[in-house]
Amino acid sequence: MSRPSDAQNSFADDAPVVNPRLGALEWVRWGWRTLTSMRTALLLLLALAVAAVPGSLIPQHSSDPNGVIQYQQANPGLSKVVDALQGFDVYTSFWFSAIYLLLFISLIGCVVPRLKHHWKALRKAPPRTPSRFTQLPASSSAVLPGVTVAQAMDAAERVLRSARYRTARYGDSVSAERGYLRESGNLLFHSALVGVLLAVFVGGGFTYTGQKILPAGQTFVNLQTSYDSLNPGRFFSDDSLAPYSLRLDRLDVKYEQQNVAALGQPLDYTAHVTTLLPNGKPEQHVIKVNDPLEIAGTSVYLLGNGYAPDITVRNTDGSIAFQGAVPFRPTEGTTMTSLGVVKAPDTGNPKKQIGMVGFLYPTAAERTDGSFTSIFPSVGRSQTLLSMQVFEGDVGLDAGTPKNVYELDTTGMKQVMGIKNPLQLKIGETRTLPDGLGSVTLNGVDRYAAFDIHHDPSQGLVALFVGLAVLGLITSLLVPRRRMWIKVRQEGDDVLVEYAGLARGDDPNLVRAVSELERNHHAQLPAAAREPAAVR
Amino acid sequence: MVNPLDQISELLLISAIVVYAIAFIAFALDLARRSAESQAQVDLVRRQDAVVGSSRGGTALLEAPPAPPAAPTRSRRPAARTGIALTLIGAALHASAAVLRGTAAGRVPWANMYEFAMTGTLIMVVVFLVAQTRLDLRFLGAPITGLVVLLLGISTVSFHVAVSPLPPALQSYWLVLHVLVAMLGTGFFTLAGALSAVQLLQVRRSRRAESGRPERMKLLATIPDAERLENLAYRISVVGFILWTFTLIAGAIWANHAWGRYWGWDTKEVWTFIIWVVYAGYLHARATLGWRGTGSAWLNLIGYACILFNFGVVNVFFHGLHSYSGLPTGQ
Repeated sequence: MSRPSDAQNSFADDAPVVNPRLGALEWVRWGWRTLTSMRTALLLLLALAVAAVPGSLIPQHSSDPNGVIQYQQANPGLSKVVDALQGFDVYTSFWFSAIYLLLFISLIGCVVPRLKHHWKALRKAPPRTPSRFTQLPASSSAVLPGVTVAQAMDAAERVLRSARYRTARYGDSVSAERGYLRESGNLLFHSALVGVLLAVFVGGGFTYTGQKILPAGQTFVNLQTSYDSLNPGRFFSDDSLAPYSLRLDRLDVKYEQQNVAALGQPLDYTAHVTTLLPNGKPEQHVIKVNDPLEIAGTSVYLLGNGYAPDITVRNTDGSIAFQGAVPFRPTEGTTMTSLGVVKAPDTGNPKKQIGMVGFLYPTAAERTDGSFTSIFPSVGRSQTLLSMQVFEGDVGLDAGTPKNVYELDTTGMKQVMGIKNPLQLKIGETRTLPDGLGSVTLNGVDRYAAFDIHHDPSQGLVALFVGLAVLGLITSLLVPRRRMWIKVRQEGDDVLVEYAGLARGDDPNLVRAVSELERNHHAQLPAAAREPAAVR
Repeated sequence: MVNPLDQISELLLISAIVVYAIAFIAFALDLARRSAESQAQVDLVRRQDAVVGSSRGGTALLEAPPAPPAAPTRSRRPAARTGIALTLIGAALHASAAVLRGTAAGRVPWANMYEFAMTGTLIMVVVFLVAQTRLDLRFLGAPITGLVVLLLGISTVSFHVAVSPLPPALQSYWLVLHVLVAMLGTGFFTLAGALSAVQLLQVRRSRRAESGRPERMKLLATIPDAERLENLAYRISVVGFILWTFTLIAGAIWANHAWGRYWGWDTKEVWTFIIWVVYAGYLHARATLGWRGTGSAWLNLIGYACILFNFGVVNVFFHGLHSYSGLPTGQ
């Protein structure tokens, strides 16, 4: 942070420290002085900027977990090195943390003495008037007839006070200073940054973020086990989850159908939900992409959507091996071609369970090579096609270990329908599987919404500190801080008045301010001379 | 089916590029003339020197043509005036192109990279022209119009997309605020960056002069000295920095509405942060012994390089939520 210009000599931080032999205490002192010096702060700032770069080049666990997996698969050797350097978690890594913690310690070490200094300066009178004005960056003088020294002095004080200067008389001169707000703003800005950091740190512990994929018609209950994934903060406990339920009644999606250049581009997502609080009545709400639902201290965001084919797998005896809406993952945004896995465990024979992997083409079209693609993202009875490979064996649900629902481990399984002869179903169709495995029915295709549920009690505090920081930043950069002096001297019958100004920090308008001061002072004088009694 | 308004907008934009290009030539001519003028000044001084028979050496001479910052400023400079007039015409065409594009799309004309480049460069030009009413910065005409022609050329050739509706993620009034403030900040940083670049040239010139080597860029004698350039760059950067701070905060608030977190180290967030930190470093460098002057000017330029990188490279080659694509899970 920039130091006040009058503090130039009170900290020796920029001076090279030459000490031949240092004791432990001196070393500590030297270290502290170096750390809190301006040059170190600047280097730490630049180091922070440089350290932030790799996080934008390498996928991060926090923002792009799938990217991390892809990166690791593509560069197995390199990713070990990257991982050892916490390259997939740059912003929580030890080296990134070290830089910003040092930066903040340096900042605190700089702010505290400046706070003291400023506190004293705020209560001190402006400094003595310098003896020679000509060496100051802006000065002028005028010979005024028909005024007394006392009148000129009074007028000078009046003009400076009305321009909101703090004034002090030293003999026949007025010394004035304004713009204390500049330093106050500077200190506020830097202190508020510390506040932001603390609020984020402490508040982060009470935060939780969870994801839930919810097919239309299904209900989510805010319990730890209901989430597909949950990232709790340090101070999270089961009590942190506010009890409520949320049912997705309908997800409306509009696609562009007129503009050829943007055909199939999504125009609107609207999730219609029914919520229920304990001892409450069911309430209907709407969640949109930029418009989350606030409920029981949490915010529910609509962050994704997709298709969930409603599938029934029947055994040869007619009993049900699997039934339900299976969320598929969109692989192509514009056409909503989606990839998914269906696992049918209840075949009566753990060695003959059924696993299916394949694509859903919302608006299917056959390519010349016989493969399929989707040409529009919406689903319809005659146009939608589900095309899957079928495997027979253990689908791996019985082992009790968590499994990725979008993946099927086909090792040890026998392929009964492959890419050449896939199982192809339109909505409402049923096909019999070979090998006496029963049949598969595509009852329909539901939509699902991907919700993110967040609870962050520290947001208000962070916002408060950010607001203070902005306030401080603007005053510290835009309020000019300057000193002004008016000196009055009797010269024969006339009075010689000298004006001078000194900027403290960047002040492009100093010269203008001095000439304005002179003008205003003159404007005050004749009136004062004519009516000496009228002191308002 | 091509939107006719968009077609007119593109025609207007191409005309604007052509006019800016001619303005660039006019500004370049002005710079060439400055060079000749200052040569004439040097010759004049040298001749006087010879007549007087002074014992001063050539070194002093080269420092001699002083550049009073205010003196040559409001001089006629016909080529520069032509440049300014052409830039004004270009800006009018440019603004019409942006307005028509917005009308064609039925929203603000800055929802994708092409539109962002179009409106962003318009704001650069407007900031430059408005600054002109208070300061004589015509010597920056050539670099500014040159940069704008380059950016607009690249964006019409490589980034042009047909008018398309706003994806749900961008349907927010924060799009108006966040992006507008970002473009304004970029406009100020552009001007400040150009000033710092000229400052560095000015410093190099005076160093050459001090070491007695022949002067290279004589036109620099007709523009403000390094100290004044640095002060101007600082004042303009301060405005840019405040605007950039608002960009960062508005972005965080919007991110909190759209994605459920105010900060997530998305690539674009990272680069906005990097830019903010580099410019914060620049402001601090001005108050640090040994950094003020050349060091801080370099930091200003590094900051601007980050802005260009953020716009040109991060947008196109990096993955992230800011790819204007809509929802993150594959939509």
